[in-house]
Amino acid sequence: MAETAFLDSLLAPRSRLPAASSGWLKQRRSAALERAGALSVPSARDEDWRFTDLSPLYRLKLQPADGKAPDAAALEPLAIAEAGTRVVLVDGRYVESLSRPMAGDGVYVGGLARALQLHEAALQQALASTARIESDLFAAVNTAFLHDAAVVYVGPDRKLDTPVHILQISTGAGTASHPRVLVVCGRGSEATVVEDFVSLGAQSSLTNALAEIAVDVNAGLRHVRVQREADDVYHIGNTSIALARDARLRSWAVTLGGRLSRHNFNVLQQGEGIDCEIDGLALISGRQLADTHSFIDHAHPRGRSRQLHKTVVGGAAHAVFNGKIRVNAGAQQTDSGQQSRTLLLTPRAHVDAKPQLEIFADDVKCAHGATVGQLEADEIFYLKSRGLSEATARNLLTYAFAAEVVEGIPVRSLVNALEERIMQQTQTAELK
Amino acid sequence: MTKQQGNGLLEVRGLTARVGDRQILKGIDLAIRAGEVHAIMGPNGSGKSTLAKVLAGHPSYEVTGGEVLYEGRNLLELPPEERARAGVFLGFQYPIEVPGVTNSAFLRLAYNTVHGSRGKEELDPLEFDDLVREKMKLLQMNPDFLERSVNAGFSGGERKRNEVLQMALLEPRLAILDETDSGLDIDALRIVAGGVNALRTADNGILLVTHYQRLLNYIVPDFVHVMDGGRIIKTGDKSLALELEERGYDWVAREYKAKAA
Ligand SMILES: Nc1ncnc2c1ncn2[C@@H]1O[C@H](COP(=O)(O)OP(=O)(O)OP(=O)(O)O)[C@@H](O)[C@H]1O
Ligand SMILES: [Mg+2]
Repeated sequence: MAETAFLDSLLAPRSRLPAASSGWLKQRRSAALERAGALSVPSARDEDWRFTDLSPLYRLKLQPADGKAPDAAALEPLAIAEAGTRVVLVDGRYVESLSRPMAGDGVYVGGLARALQLHEAALQQALASTARIESDLFAAVNTAFLHDAAVVYVGPDRKLDTPVHILQISTGAGTASHPRVLVVCGRGSEATVVEDFVSLGAQSSLTNALAEIAVDVNAGLRHVRVQREADDVYHIGNTSIALARDARLRSWAVTLGGRLSRHNFNVLQQGEGIDCEIDGLALISGRQLADTHSFIDHAHPRGRSRQLHKTVVGGAAHAVFNGKIRVNAGAQQTDSGQQSRTLLLTPRAHVDAKPQLEIFADDVKCAHGATVGQLEADEIFYLKSRGLSEATARNLLTYAFAAEVVEGIPVRSLVNALEERIMQQTQTAELK
Repeated sequence: MTKQQGNGLLEVRGLTARVGDRQILKGIDLAIRAGEVHAIMGPNGSGKSTLAKVLAGHPSYEVTGGEVLYEGRNLLELPPEERARAGVFLGFQYPIEVPGVTNSAFLRLAYNTVHGSRGKEELDPLEFDDLVREKMKLLQMNPDFLERSVNAGFSGGERKRNEVLQMALLEPRLAILDETDSGLDIDALRIVAGGVNALRTADNGILLVTHYQRLLNYIVPDFVHVMDGGRIIKTGDKSLALELEERGYDWVAREYKAKAA
């Protein structure tokens, strides 16, 4: 069966993985490997994968990455000017020569090996802690391959004044890679972290990414995730963010690339008075499929969450949004709001959008809404009556719809790059 | 009022139009020559906005008969954007919001597109900013409106001023203003009327849709038409507006019926 063969070939390179430097890491890796062996690959029969058919992925013949790094010049256009530090993962492997690491003064930005020497206790607590290794095959596989990672450690009360750029490159040469990110924000710290997924080659590849992020008491994190890989990449991403008491999270997740992409985004409120705002944008066309499964878990009193998920679907593309919000019995005075808005640009474009609220507390405010629509004829006419062509009017409106999410990103050059990309995509989206 | 012949700007002949199965315009005849101001009055639902939107090319309305010549060309075969570029401007009765598009970007795009098609050079953002601020000053509009999304959260009167601002920027040859005076306070009415009068040259034409005689004190029309049931049932000079204010519309309809019978 394609599924079994796929999983076998995915796990085969595991035997060549270098030994882990510490016992606990070795133990977590082998536990994950064992789990990966026990879990079966997702199929349309799984409720969580109902709308996203992975069978084209299972038919791919994927190679382990060969470890070649691109030259620095190739990365120039991907640089984020404002970023003071950068970690580059190439097919999941940390490449120091392309990175701009930093260590000292209670802050670490760099690869896993050195992070383990400097901050082992913190890593031991956070690594493979909140990822859903037990239930998610891809999270388990990623962890089974855990050898390198991009690590950001911000010590208590430290404030990073420039963003950290984590550039995760798929060489896109028919490879399977398992990039890993760990972000630890100490008590009262502040940081901005940009996770940026790109690909260089144009062969069908798999990026199986996993990020674990822990934000301690009263810390503030701004997290940006941009998936702008090529249209033939299969991208499975797991992000879990654990927030402690009074922590603040502002997050933007933007999906532009990928033949098929899935982002499982889990935000866990693990203390009182947490505030998070989560914006998402998926902008796809052609035959792309983009699936976002978000989960916001309110487990303690006085938590607040705001979520805006926008989707623009052109061509014969297919978008999926499943936005789950759980308010546990103890989470009184939770204030949560979710909005999902989809713009379908063509008759063949398709979306499955579903809010999923599970509320077990009684003193809560939970508002949610979902809209699916096309561009408004009256809006188009208004613009045309001012001389704008049909195409310009449509582009402008589509762009405006998508830009609302991107505009808030606190890194100007990234906003510009994304706006340009959105502009390009809206200009061609309907033709494809 | 004697105007010289042969400088026809807009000729509407026997125009009929419908939405779905519903016939709204039932045969409109209207001729506007360069330099003239025409006012259209008439009860709610009589088809005034429909006429305005048909002239601007709104896709919801299907023209079922008649013809419209603008500068001697068949206006109805042009898409809305080309009508705009050719100098036809519609000030909407209900200007809509365009969330996410800033007013300044929108105005500049419209300006450059329309004037570009007339062979003028594009203005860059700085040059345009100077121009638009100057125009806004004349309309006593707060420059803050430039940074906001088009009409988003604007009050009724603010939207109308924004329409007049667009008109002032696009310098149309034929301005159709659909109840631009509704929702304006008295000061705003005077300012907006000033903006319209500034456009009034021997070369241009203006079609005003209004319910209020008051506006016509500021913008004095050459002709006043009464529209009812999708037809123009009476045409007179500015004194007709005063009479309508006094006596309402019923007598006009009765007179029309009597004539038709
Ligand atoms: N898109 C539409 N769909 C259905 N009916 C319409 C549509 N547009 C106009 N109508 C109908 O056509 C008739 C004329 O409408 P129109 O807006 O032209 O009137 P009006 O004279 O401008 O009225 P008012 O003075 O209230 O602005 C009305 O009965 C209206 O309900
Ligand atoms: Mg009207």
